[in-house]
Amino acid sequence: MSVQNLNSYDPFADEGDPLGDNKDVGSQQNYIHIRIQQRNGRKTLTTLQGLPKEYDPKKLLKAFKKEFACNGTLVDDEELGQVIQLQGDQRLKISTFLTEEGIPKATIKLHGF
Amino acid sequence: MSASTEPLFDPSLKKKKKKKTVAFSEDPLGADADPTTPAPPLTPSQSNGELGPATVHEQMKANGASGRDEDAEDIGQKASAKAAAEEEDPLAMFGDLKKKKKKKKEIPFDLEENQEESTPASASAPEPSAEPALDDFDLSDLKKKKKSSKKKVDLEAFEKELENSKGGDADDDDIAAALDDDADLGDDPFAPVADVPSGVDTGSEPWLGSDRDYKYNELLTRFFNALHAANPALASNTGKRYTIAPPQILREGNKKSIFANITDICKRMHRQPEHVIAFLFAELGTTGSVDGSGRLVIRGRFLPKQMENVLRRYIVEYVTCKTCKSPDTLLTKENRIYFMACESCGSRRSVSAIKSGFQAQVGRRSKNKTG
Repeated sequence: MSVQNLNSYDPFADEGDPLGDNKDVGSQQNYIHIRIQQRNGRKTLTTLQGLPKEYDPKKLLKAFKKEFACNGTLVDDEELGQVIQLQGDQRLKISTFLTEEGIPKATIKLHGF
Repeated sequence: MSASTEPLFDPSLKKKKKKKTVAFSEDPLGADADPTTPAPPLTPSQSNGELGPATVHEQMKANGASGRDEDAEDIGQKASAKAAAEEEDPLAMFGDLKKKKKKKKEIPFDLEENQEESTPASASAPEPSAEPALDDFDLSDLKKKKKSSKKKVDLEAFEKELENSKGGDADDDDIAAALDDDADLGDDPFAPVADVPSGVDTGSEPWLGSDRDYKYNELLTRFFNALHAANPALASNTGKRYTIAPPQILREGNKKSIFANITDICKRMHRQPEHVIAFLFAELGTTGSVDGSGRLVIRGRFLPKQMENVLRRYIVEYVTCKTCKSPDTLLTKENRIYFMACESCGSRRSVSAIKSGFQAQVGRRSKNKTG
């Protein structure tokens, strides 16, 4: 006979490992961060970080370069994965481009001044 | 706001007075808005005027602060159209900086009245709607009173009586305004929120004259009017505005900017300078240091306007309470997580940590051995 109260029943058993699917719990959620950095003179650099997995950064970069008429590159970062770098201040353009492609605006974070 | 669209030199920025403070409307962010949503892109009309309050409730409060200003309406027109839509823009807080300088007003006033541009009559004068709520203002300096569009003269007479019983000495202006109103009575009754009739006057609803149905916005306005008429304390107790001094940015050499009054601003916001500085650096993507006299030296060229935007975002994210919009909050750190506790409503929530994210390699690679 078993006492039900003493059973070691895990109420969260069917939840799975909470940390399993999402490595960075407690860090920022899946925001797309668009940042700007100042270079020398009035030159700037725009970075796009946190692109969802379903988008191909390479193709997106190509589209960006064509659309905004700027150069850009794909940078590999240890923690943040692939980051798109564009020349010049393309923050607003990127944001409108992504929203037009169906990315919800709430997930895009614009940084900088 | 982008660097490329920003004029590199703005002559008006130089003439800023030191004493001047910037009015910061309670919170442009709705209580239910996602705190982490990005700032929507700035449009030209936004940078000009302050954003409108989101709800009718806020609107009435705003009108309480602004109704006394006789030329508020032309600025209100500018700011009004986009006002409601872009309520969560943190840029609203410093918005009336330039306007204030022009007018040399002591009271920080809201420029917006959220009036539709399509209603000439409603845009022609400040609104008396928040009147029952205002007990700290002298009614005698009210130059014009806005009447909601009424076809019947006896109603106007009735309202005049009401005004007299409330404001006593404003009756001369009242008559003048009434005549004014008769002149431009051609305003359309379909402006939903723009037309805020006086709370006690129930005969002024725009749908009474016609046989159309009332709209939600009109009913909402009506409800808030009734609410404010019944509880004058609602609008007046939160009427005080949160003001901080505009940031003073000096240029040191070619590549550095000095944020001179950051200690003042931090004191005003009741935040640790370290926290604010960390946020600034993360947002601007630069580095810097604090010099001997408490000024912040930032690498890169920044304009006061740009700094304002960043500060606004800081205030929205880390200063104002998301629940009650009060700036009276405490930021404490527990187990590496920052918590913000509101002093006025008691709510407590965690705020996101400051992260600078990806930093691209700028400058010479030889300086940076690790990269």
